[in-house]
Amino acid sequence: MLPTTLGPWLDYTINGLVIGNIYALLAVGLALIFGVSHLINFAHGSVYMVGAYIGWLCVTKLALPLPVTFVTVAAGCGLLGAVIERVGLRPLRNAPRIAPLLATIGLSVVLDQSAQLLFSPDPRALPTQLPTWRIAIGGGSIGALDLLIAGVGIGSAGLLYGFLRFTKLGWAVRATALDRDAAQQCGVDVDKVNRTVFAIASALGGVSGLLVGMYYNTIDPNMGFQAGLKGIVAQLIGGVGNVPGAIAGSLLLGLIESYGIALFGTSYRNLFAFVALILILVLRPNGLFARARRLPPEPLTGTFIAPSRPLVLPKWAVWALAAAALALPLVVQQPYLLQTLGNAWLYALLALSLTLVAGTVGQVSLGHAGLLAIGAYASSLLALDAGVPVLLAVPLAGLVAAALGTALVYPAFRLRGHYVSIATLAVGEIVTLVILNWESLTRGPIGVTGIPPLSVAGKPLVSGQWVYWVPLVVLLAFAALQSRLLNSHLGRTLRAIREDDVAARSYGVDLNRYKGLAFAVAGFIAGVGGALMAHFYSYINHETFPAPVSMLALTMVILGGLGNVAGAVLGAAVLVGLPELFRAAAEYRMLIYGVVLLLLIRFRPQGLLGTV
Amino acid sequence: MTDALLRLDRVNSFYGPVQVHFDLSLEVPHGQIVCLLGGNASGKSTTMKIILGLLKPRSGQVVFDGQPLTGLTTPQIVRRGIGSVPESRRLFGTMTVRENVLMGAYTRSDAKSVAEDYDGVLELFPKLRERHAQQAGTLSGGEQQMVAMARALMGRPRLIVMDEPTMGLSPLHVDRVLEMIQTINRQGVSIFMVEQNASLALQIAHRGYVLQTGRIVLSGPAADLARDPQIRDAYLGGAQAA
Repeated sequence: MLPTTLGPWLDYTINGLVIGNIYALLAVGLALIFGVSHLINFAHGSVYMVGAYIGWLCVTKLALPLPVTFVTVAAGCGLLGAVIERVGLRPLRNAPRIAPLLATIGLSVVLDQSAQLLFSPDPRALPTQLPTWRIAIGGGSIGALDLLIAGVGIGSAGLLYGFLRFTKLGWAVRATALDRDAAQQCGVDVDKVNRTVFAIASALGGVSGLLVGMYYNTIDPNMGFQAGLKGIVAQLIGGVGNVPGAIAGSLLLGLIESYGIALFGTSYRNLFAFVALILILVLRPNGLFARARRLPPEPLTGTFIAPSRPLVLPKWAVWALAAAALALPLVVQQPYLLQTLGNAWLYALLALSLTLVAGTVGQVSLGHAGLLAIGAYASSLLALDAGVPVLLAVPLAGLVAAALGTALVYPAFRLRGHYVSIATLAVGEIVTLVILNWESLTRGPIGVTGIPPLSVAGKPLVSGQWVYWVPLVVLLAFAALQSRLLNSHLGRTLRAIREDDVAARSYGVDLNRYKGLAFAVAGFIAGVGGALMAHFYSYINHETFPAPVSMLALTMVILGGLGNVAGAVLGAAVLVGLPELFRAAAEYRMLIYGVVLLLLIRFRPQGLLGTV
Repeated sequence: MTDALLRLDRVNSFYGPVQVHFDLSLEVPHGQIVCLLGGNASGKSTTMKIILGLLKPRSGQVVFDGQPLTGLTTPQIVRRGIGSVPESRRLFGTMTVRENVLMGAYTRSDAKSVAEDYDGVLELFPKLRERHAQQAGTLSGGEQQMVAMARALMGRPRLIVMDEPTMGLSPLHVDRVLEMIQTINRQGVSIFMVEQNASLALQIAHRGYVLQTGRIVLSGPAADLARDPQIRDAYLGGAQAA
């Protein structure tokens, strides 16, 4: 490259390292937490967001000097971290390992939504009080804030090193991470260690949020989600639980993003991280610096199937309920009510799909909204651009979602437990980002307008009753199909994979084939659901099916009882139907979902109708 | 014999629905080495978990030095003066030998006497002095066993519980570990050890108990047990052949 063009690249490098430092503050905390508790803390991004808001309050409302702001943010977030440990982790000590992970997702929803209610969803400016000079180096330059971020990053790493290496509590942290039982037998109070680690990690995370806010001069209540994921990606690059690895992984991720943006443009920013994540999970699941290419065995396994006796409805009751649901529009005429329930049936398709994957096969997918998006776009574009009749486009979209969904998740098939959840979460994000960036096919951020409605013999089915009946009939058909499937030989095999994949394999079950089959069926159901949504909504864009929809789906299936077909329908009806009917609660809806998820995991993991 | 240092009193313990111990009672008198013998799945290691509070009995109690340990957490029990040498050592692999040994003094805050004890322990295990900066996971099995014992000693326990201290060691190291246990015992520390290798354990123990599917089937002075024909058939023959 010519010397004259080196200048901007130096800037990109500096920028990458600065961002990498910010990720490192997050990733180090995640690595510490994983070390002592074998938990990937999904609430970490929310702590980062809270840190940014505490900083914003200190700077704009209280006009505190910068050092005081930093101390306040660290103390506030440290306290929050200790609370998260107490509420989210400690009560679930003896639960399956995926339970605290789901609890941190619930906590993250609660924190994000609370911030939205308190501070409004609008972004706020977080001005820095730092001088604006920049030192020119080569063709690039470094500003005061860059130096501050680097200083905080290096300083924190140094303090952390000293703490772990030279203090008694630091030794206890390392000992607990290496062997929890043996540490207890040395007299270590592991609850105290956990609380300390959560506090330290959260203090670092909060400071990271503050620095990001100052760097971009903007903060918003949803900033934590992406950042938390980036921290997780950085940590995985370095190897889970590995603190120096987390720092190296973060710097690497920062550079990859910075160079990637330079080459491809800003809208691709998040794509690099998630593609890197999938590559790491597939090629080196232990991280770049691990010697062996082997998955850590025990701690990451375990599904979230609480032992329970599911409520079995007698056949006549099922028929009666289905008939009553079908007959409802003859009695109830209000279009709003029918539309709401129709929407609930559409979400029930998503829940049906997720309960098969997460419940029956035990692969907790956190990116299920991606399947809706694929189905919705496939059907709309087939109808609009390829002239396929809507009635044909919908099942075709189901096939597309089945094929694409399975292919995208395929690399994750050999992963277990937490890793499946992270991989599916990344796949969901990748789907959204590809929709956003592949403008020639998907129309990018503008979205797809004028999607034709479902019509039979030239008669569009748009009135209130049809909006209710069509999803219901499709739902009943799929629910019947799925029940049949679960009672068959196939259903038993899928549950065997969930209960003990090694044992299943030793009996000759080809895991990939059965997982693939389950994901294909699930993809078809969710794809058809997404397609129907598109034709009813008539407009979709990349934000129609955001990540919270995946969390909502998860809450639905846990509410109903994992693996339980009737439970999935009930979960969707309760969570989508009820809040709509109480319209006053509309803005609290996501908050309610988060609280419901938390309470379920803690007090009724088997859901309302029981797991199957 | 109510003045025993450790007493298990009619303990019934369960893993979920499966009962492990049936009215298990045993005693470790002050200053003695007591061994608990038994085959696989007899409930030996679970007895260790019960003593250390890692598993709570459903009924019955553990009494240490006249005080019931009911309701105490593992760290609290360790603070009462029970040290542990867990099964297969369980060292902190990537921490140094010195850090591992000093972790044993985690409950103590008297830095000066901890330093003295550390020197004392190194005199007992001179090998560890040369290895003090090495990662514990890189030591041989016998050396790791020494670290584990040194770690247990650093808490100044009155009782050390050991789970199969000779497991997986070469014959040379087995003898040395047994000698160390006797040396530690002579310094006034009572020992409760769980062993599968009955002939070895009975060589150094004062008393022994034989556990079979959760019930004590035999007990008595070690010398008597070593001569007992039942034991010879069930344990010693197999152990000597191995």
